[in-house]
Amino acid sequence: MNIDLPLIFALLMGLATLAYVVLDGYDLGVGMLMPAADEGEQELMVASIGPFWDANETWLVLGVGILLVAFPHAHGIILGALYLPVVAMLIGLMFRGVAFEFRVKAQGWHRELWNWLFWFGSFLASFAQGVMLARYITGFESGFGYFLFSVIVGAGLCGGYVLMGATWLVLKTEGSLQKKSIAWAEWGLLWVALGVMMVSLATPIVSETVRLKWFDFPRTLALMLLPGMCLAIGITVWISLRRLARGATRVEWLPFAGSVAIFTIAFAGLAYSLFPYVVIDRLTIWEAASHPSALKVILVGVLVVVPLIIAYSAFSYRVFWGKARTGMYD
Amino acid sequence: MDALDAIDIARIQFGLNIGFHILFPTITIALGWILVWFRVQYARTGEPEWLATYKLWTKIFALSFAMGVVSGIVMSFQFGTNWPGYMNTVGNIAGPLLAYEVLTAFFLEATFLGVMLFGMNRVPGWMHLTATVLVAVGTTISAFWILALNSWMQTPTGHVMADGQLIAGDWWAVIFNPSFPYRFTHMLLASGLTAAFLVAGLSAWRLLKVSEDLAAQRTLRTGILVAAVLAPLQILAGDLHGLNTLTHQPAKIAAMEALWKTERGAPLVLFAIPNPQSRTNDYAVQIPQGASLVLKHESDAELKGIEFFAPDTPPVAPVFFAFRVMVGMGVLMWLLAWFGAWRLRIGSTPPWVLWIFAGATFSGWIATLAGWLVTEIGRQPWLVTGVLRTAEAAGEVSEAQLGASLTGYLITYGIMLIAYIVVLTHLAGAGTDKQTAQGVLP
Repeated sequence: MNIDLPLIFALLMGLATLAYVVLDGYDLGVGMLMPAADEGEQELMVASIGPFWDANETWLVLGVGILLVAFPHAHGIILGALYLPVVAMLIGLMFRGVAFEFRVKAQGWHRELWNWLFWFGSFLASFAQGVMLARYITGFESGFGYFLFSVIVGAGLCGGYVLMGATWLVLKTEGSLQKKSIAWAEWGLLWVALGVMMVSLATPIVSETVRLKWFDFPRTLALMLLPGMCLAIGITVWISLRRLARGATRVEWLPFAGSVAIFTIAFAGLAYSLFPYVVIDRLTIWEAASHPSALKVILVGVLVVVPLIIAYSAFSYRVFWGKARTGMYD
Repeated sequence: MDALDAIDIARIQFGLNIGFHILFPTITIALGWILVWFRVQYARTGEPEWLATYKLWTKIFALSFAMGVVSGIVMSFQFGTNWPGYMNTVGNIAGPLLAYEVLTAFFLEATFLGVMLFGMNRVPGWMHLTATVLVAVGTTISAFWILALNSWMQTPTGHVMADGQLIAGDWWAVIFNPSFPYRFTHMLLASGLTAAFLVAGLSAWRLLKVSEDLAAQRTLRTGILVAAVLAPLQILAGDLHGLNTLTHQPAKIAAMEALWKTERGAPLVLFAIPNPQSRTNDYAVQIPQGASLVLKHESDAELKGIEFFAPDTPPVAPVFFAFRVMVGMGVLMWLLAWFGAWRLRIGSTPPWVLWIFAGATFSGWIATLAGWLVTEIGRQPWLVTGVLRTAEAAGEVSEAQLGASLTGYLITYGIMLIAYIVVLTHLAGAGTDKQTAQGVLP
């Protein structure tokens, strides 16, 4: 049997990365919103992500793990070139991760410090991920223009995560915190619209490969479906947020689902821009893949275990269904 | 001395990270099972004290687990950033083992930890107990895969060359390589002892403040009894592991015993300062024929010295000293555990006894780190014995970047470690007072 293992693993890596971005995206977003909330609200916000953040972050390990084991040649190039933003992201994730534990156990200024580190860690990790993305799609070129592009993507991804965090809170909270979250989500949506627009315009300018892929009539017309869908979903999210602000309750899930959809579409567009490269213009997935014997062994594991992981993750989300409550963790 | 070059910094950085990381899994692997015991006791008796005990130690577990998770994520990146040659050469073996660890252990423990920590009032009692068990199972599975990989790097078997690449010919032989059963057992017992001394030590700390605390009395007993059972087993397992090393990595044994020359009736060096220039031991205190007797069970048996393995030899002094620290701590922990068991039996644990146990809270860390130094420095210059040298696997990251990131990691780990110990002491000192008794019925 002749199966295209590198293609399958590229798909798996993409799915793991998307799962990571969506899942850790909302909890990092909640972390970045912390300074905007008062003390009682902060407890609810942390309670809404407490049971999930650890498993969410495991998707990152899976994504980078697949890169490491399936495309070892690309792994060295990518992580070598992204060395400093990766370190910044890891330090951010470390502070954010342990702050979950430390902030509830500390008192006085210690608690303030861990709250601050919780926010700072969330922000640093999100911004660094944006920088990594920007450096990655521009083939790690250096220069002022590329630097500026990194900063824009970094800020844009922070905005995206804030949107997801805020819409998650719309879903998981009620009352005044929900009201606040609706306002945050509206700002986040505007930010995302700006960010997506700038990135979509800038990427074809900085990368010829991407430009050729998108601006090739008549294919371009079919491809315009992606930004079109993005716009339609964005407007839907906006309308549902306005309705929620006026007191409607039936569409609480819609903003979050819409944000996830926007991320998924943007991700699909990105995947289309890059395919079949794993390092743009340098290395395709087939050139970078490891030996089929190793990939087959992993594939068996993935096919058996990932359905189980999805099943018990679903179980966990069902257990914590409904509005977040504080005081569960004492 | 020359300034540090990139490979040294890469080494220090990776060593620092993995050494920091190992502290926390060493606690959580066994503490997970101790939590299962507390949880079962609560389910069986329905006593609020057991529930409070479970909740207190769940917090300590969660904190340790979070420390392990975040430093583990750093490790998953450093494999590639610090040692790109490693994955390029042996990725077809290491990759699947790491992938199986993520798939079968990380998701399991992370997801059910959420249920265990926050779900007590949301799921039935049996489901909560199951979640507690699954977290412990997850930590143990994780240890299984990572030690399979580490053991394979020490004593590789089951691999073949195909199409110019190293691949697994026989996965069974790769996983159950010659040193794996010994190393896995040795590590699980090390975790058991580390967690047992942590439980005993923090309980003793609490009893020094509130001597009539029933929950702390119980957990002191749990910690000491677990340690008393495991300590002699660990000494036996360590001895067997050493004999296994003699067969498969004799150069490591030569460094551990500071045997420079191949000789019959080799002495057991109790203490010395190994001198790499003269290739002899200064200030040696030794038992004639002791090493031959211990390692070969024959007084005039021949033991290979460092010279026999040149030029592929590990540095002697750090391995020699680390081995003595590990064995010394192991014996000390054994004596302490049996002393504690005896004091419990006669029903007398005055403050000076409690102080001893409070002082020994982190003794398992010292022994584990020393043992880790023995095994990892002892296999140098190999990263994978006979297959890949450490120097060949190093990356091309610049010294400036490595130096900057090393500084960042040092500061981060410093803050985290201090906060960890402060919070642990604080939690233990407050005891179960602050644990609300609300919870589900068993």
